[in-house]
Amino acid sequence: MQLIPCPWCGPREEAEFHYGGQAHVAYPEDPAALTDEQWAQYVFFRENPSGPFAERWSHHAGCRRWFNAVRDTRTHDLLAVYRVGEPMPEVTA
Amino acid sequence: MTVSPLAAWRDRLAALAPVLDVAEVPFRSQLTVRVSDPDALAAAGSALGVPFPSAACTFTSGTGPFGDAEVLWLGPDEFLVTASPGLQVTIEEVLRGALGTAGGSVVDTSAQRTTVVLQGPLVRQVLAHGCSVDLHPSSAPVGTCVQTLLARTGIVLQVTGEDRCTILVRSSFAEYFAAWLADACTEYLAVA
Amino acid sequence: MTFRTPTGGSIDRNTLLHFTFNGRPYTGHPGDTLASALLAHGVHQIGSSVKLGRPRGIVAAGSEDPTSLVQVEAPFSEPMLLATTVELYDGLVARGLAGQGRLSPEPDPARYDAKHEHCDVLVVGAGPAGLVAALTAARSGARVVLVDEQNQAGGALLGVDEYLDDRPSAEWVADVVAELKSTPGVLVLERTTAFGMYQDGFVLALQKRTDHLGFAAPASVARQRVWRIRTRQTVLATGAHERPVAFADNDRPGIMLASSARTFLHRYGVLPGSRAVVFTTDDSAYCAAIDLAESGVDIALVTDARPEPPARLAAECAARGIEVRAGHVVAGTDGDRRVTGARIAPLAATSPDLTVDCDTVLVSGGWNPVVSLFSQARGKLRYDAELGAFVPGEELPTVRVAGSATGELDLGACARQGRDAGAQAAAAAGFTPGGQVPLPVSDSRCTARSGLVLWRVPGDDDASFVDLQRDSTVADVLRATGAGLRSLEHVKRYTTIGTAHDQGKTSGMIAAGIVAEELGVELAEQRPTTFRPPFTSVSFAALAGRDRGELHDPVRVTSIHPWHVAHGALFEDVGQWKRPWYYPRDGEDLHTAVLRECKATRESVGMMDGSTLGKIDVQGRDAGKFLDMLYTNMMSTLKVGRIRYGVMCGVDGMVIDDGTVIRVGEERYLVTTTTGNAAKILDWMEEWLQTEWPHLDVHCTSVTEHWATIPLVGPRSRDVLAAVAPSLDVSNEAFEFMTWREAEVAGVPARVCRISFSGELAYEINVTAWHGIAVWEALMAAGEKYGITPYGTETMHVLRAEKGYPIIGQETDATVTPQDLGMSWAVSKKKPDFIGKRSFARAENNRTDRKQLVGLLPVDPAVLLPEGSQIVETDRLPEPPVRMLGHVTSSYPSAALGRTFALALVRSGHERIGETLYVPVEDSLVPVTVTESVLYDKEGARRDG
Ligand SMILES: [Zn+2]
Repeated sequence: MQLIPCPWCGPREEAEFHYGGQAHVAYPEDPAALTDEQWAQYVFFRENPSGPFAERWSHHAGCRRWFNAVRDTRTHDLLAVYRVGEPMPEVTA
Repeated sequence: MTVSPLAAWRDRLAALAPVLDVAEVPFRSQLTVRVSDPDALAAAGSALGVPFPSAACTFTSGTGPFGDAEVLWLGPDEFLVTASPGLQVTIEEVLRGALGTAGGSVVDTSAQRTTVVLQGPLVRQVLAHGCSVDLHPSSAPVGTCVQTLLARTGIVLQVTGEDRCTILVRSSFAEYFAAWLADACTEYLAVA
Repeated sequence: MTFRTPTGGSIDRNTLLHFTFNGRPYTGHPGDTLASALLAHGVHQIGSSVKLGRPRGIVAAGSEDPTSLVQVEAPFSEPMLLATTVELYDGLVARGLAGQGRLSPEPDPARYDAKHEHCDVLVVGAGPAGLVAALTAARSGARVVLVDEQNQAGGALLGVDEYLDDRPSAEWVADVVAELKSTPGVLVLERTTAFGMYQDGFVLALQKRTDHLGFAAPASVARQRVWRIRTRQTVLATGAHERPVAFADNDRPGIMLASSARTFLHRYGVLPGSRAVVFTTDDSAYCAAIDLAESGVDIALVTDARPEPPARLAAECAARGIEVRAGHVVAGTDGDRRVTGARIAPLAATSPDLTVDCDTVLVSGGWNPVVSLFSQARGKLRYDAELGAFVPGEELPTVRVAGSATGELDLGACARQGRDAGAQAAAAAGFTPGGQVPLPVSDSRCTARSGLVLWRVPGDDDASFVDLQRDSTVADVLRATGAGLRSLEHVKRYTTIGTAHDQGKTSGMIAAGIVAEELGVELAEQRPTTFRPPFTSVSFAALAGRDRGELHDPVRVTSIHPWHVAHGALFEDVGQWKRPWYYPRDGEDLHTAVLRECKATRESVGMMDGSTLGKIDVQGRDAGKFLDMLYTNMMSTLKVGRIRYGVMCGVDGMVIDDGTVIRVGEERYLVTTTTGNAAKILDWMEEWLQTEWPHLDVHCTSVTEHWATIPLVGPRSRDVLAAVAPSLDVSNEAFEFMTWREAEVAGVPARVCRISFSGELAYEINVTAWHGIAVWEALMAAGEKYGITPYGTETMHVLRAEKGYPIIGQETDATVTPQDLGMSWAVSKKKPDFIGKRSFARAENNRTDRKQLVGLLPVDPAVLLPEGSQIVETDRLPEPPVRMLGHVTSSYPSAALGRTFALALVRSGHERIGETLYVPVEDSLVPVTVTESVLYDKEGARRDG
């Protein structure tokens, strides 16, 4: 059982968290202005890197906060966690 | 007539002594407060007579106009105010007044969770059968308040004394919690 | 004949235990394992092999044993246990297995549990290295957990008869354990196997707490416990397993690892046989030979594959009249159920030059450090060519290895490693060293000189077993390499070597060595097979712990639940909730009861427990704006005191939930969700608020369980409500549809909503959950004269289906838009944006052949379509593939319609109204007429009573 360091509560077991997919995928300013293809990119397409990946997690069973984490998809190691609104920190995988 | 979630469990919980003294403390006034503005937090604390906790995963307690009250940290802008039964309507009004124009919310959640007090030297041991948070006094001193999982239910766990914890559990999960606790005590009871 | 020595061993010779093996009675002593007790009676054959049916005995003394699988039959039947790890108890009944056991059909009456434990330093293994590591860490003040799989500490010391610091090693062990146990913050766990090591210092360990007590095990004590250990630092002192050598007919009972024979002698006072041949490639087997000789075993010959035997040990053998033949090996054996002779050959030769009669062959091919946990911790392994084994090949930040698990075989050096590792681990966890632990000094005559690495002796490859449990031979390995396999992982899967209960503890390294030899590659360049948990077998019962029976999954109940139970409700599981399904009377079945409940509700008044509905308080200046983004329709324009039905979509435009939205105040709404989606929708709201719109002043709070919710439904509902809420003007004019009022109901403050999920006049009464049961009973009493009828989820489903109201998750499946449901009326055209809106303009969402919600009326009004049935266009099935038009989502008999009906998602369904389609039901095609989804009271005349 992996530990995920909640930026507020500290390390807790993975079972307390929900996964929220790729981070930094902003809701478009004006969806109506987008072409079908641009909109489909937002709705359906996500990165799938081998290596560091910025993701959203929610401390569902704890403080209920959403936050961001950089996870190395090869090892599951969490390289960094940071609060919503903060920039993605530099990480070394 | 009011019935609390663990009313039917009173005797079964009492029978867990001498391992643990367990009792539901029903009908407590509970209000969920969501606010992040520091001035509003301070004002709410003054109105209650209990300062809101500034550290994550802690709770504060004190005595004020509503008697003994506690404020539990549930999240960076989320708190649970608890006090004696019957005060929820008044406290809700007072707190909303204290927040003023700072935004935020106050919600009566008194019946959302029920309160169970556990006391005895084995309390941390018994809870460790289902709680992954380190409950050793060095990690969870008196004043600790964590929202976490106990076995398969969410709980709010307050460490209120060296050998004393208060568990707040969602009302619909209360019987599961009680059944789990009774089962976890079985072995200790046999030895006691 | 007994093979028990007159003295020695840590068994209680004064107590006799009776047990039964393969139907025959035997005796043993406390401290015995099933294996040692059988060996004491000269019983070597335990079972037979899984594929070839060859007799199989006992190869090792511990958990690395590949062959001694038994089924314990009493007190409770349990398969696939190792005789070498089953502690003997009085009344034990067991039988040998042919590689496969049988799970008991009876429920296991024992209790199992789990416990979380946190520590600064976890030490795995209580041999000399582990004990010194644990004591060093303990003296620093760290929280220490020491786990060991044996029933007593000592590790390899348990299998020797040596002195430490000039006293029996057991005394030194006892002193260390006593200090550990008396140090606060130290937990010593015996009979506990660390079976899995995971990320972030998470280690799972299985403790066998009462297995050894047999029939005397107290029922109230958990038989086994899974310790969920979270540690900051770990010291792995997991030891080493002796490695055999593959040679022809090396699987006969009586052929045993040399160190294991020594363990049986010193720990259990048991001799492996009368006359033994020792086959070794290193020094350690000499100690076994000498010790056994001194205990009365006739050591017929020691063959040492090395050209030069160790001089001092050879001299000691000579002094005892034991012949040592250097450069020789055991190349084959005779015998059937027991070895009767060993064929001796020069290592280089192809044919034996001598056969020696014996009943025991002791084999030593060197040592394999136990690196499973280190490997599980993602530590890289390195091939040590001198040792002929993989050893830890790197340092990890939080995991240290000490003792023979590193490949070090000298006791003093092992203890020193333990002390260093314990000190480093404690320091890394932030503790400064306490008093230094003195290192024990050993008198062992066994030197730690490296041996010759020998995987196999040339001979009959088809009878040279590598994995004795899988019946996999040298020939199988050669077939694998012959087939072109080069990776050890592939060879493992091709040959199944290492996939049995023992996970290849004695076979994996040999297989790797043979593969490398055959391929002509260096083992150093081969990647070892991955070690995976569990290290030893763990039963599912232990993994389940106390999550069984009523604790298997939480059962969520409402405040009114006790009433439902008392009144005979049958329950339906909705997520974790128990909801009343229907309330049968006098032997009614589902259909009869539901027809009655529906009729009573439509004709008079019914009532249900709706408390499980998700309820979310939404507060803040921007609450309206926020809800406008979440729902497809407009919520900001809702007036205080009014209620609106709303639909929520994902960004893809597909319906995810629906419910009512109550405007409680200028800046406050109460939103309801479907029962199953309450947590998901709250998460969804928080995700948008926290990640996209943190500038909005909106806060969401779950109040699902704060409220008890009681829909009061039917033409008489107004009369019932009026009776219990005298202060409330219930007239249609004063209390309109889709409005709410605060009122006292049965003397309790309540929020009453005029909403309807059935088309009937209806009220939804919300009171604090503490009052739920009292208000429910008051309503029952007030409704008695109208025949008020409690109803369950099934009747609710029928009533709403008759009105064409969809259920999220039944009529929808994440591919259904509001338009597909015929709910364009609930999709705002005015709002510039809301979640899902942009997707409605996608071409895919505008196809005319989308599946749309319609009603289906079977032409035969008595035919009930099975839910989930497919729908086709023609009255005869064409050749496959058959084009499916859609499927039946709901189907019921209806009291109000006097016939059966169904809802369905059908391609171009809205255009097909009036058409006849066909539903394959078993062997026939049932004709159905497509209708609008609303089948009852299309004008909505009943809404106001
Ligand atoms: Zn948190």
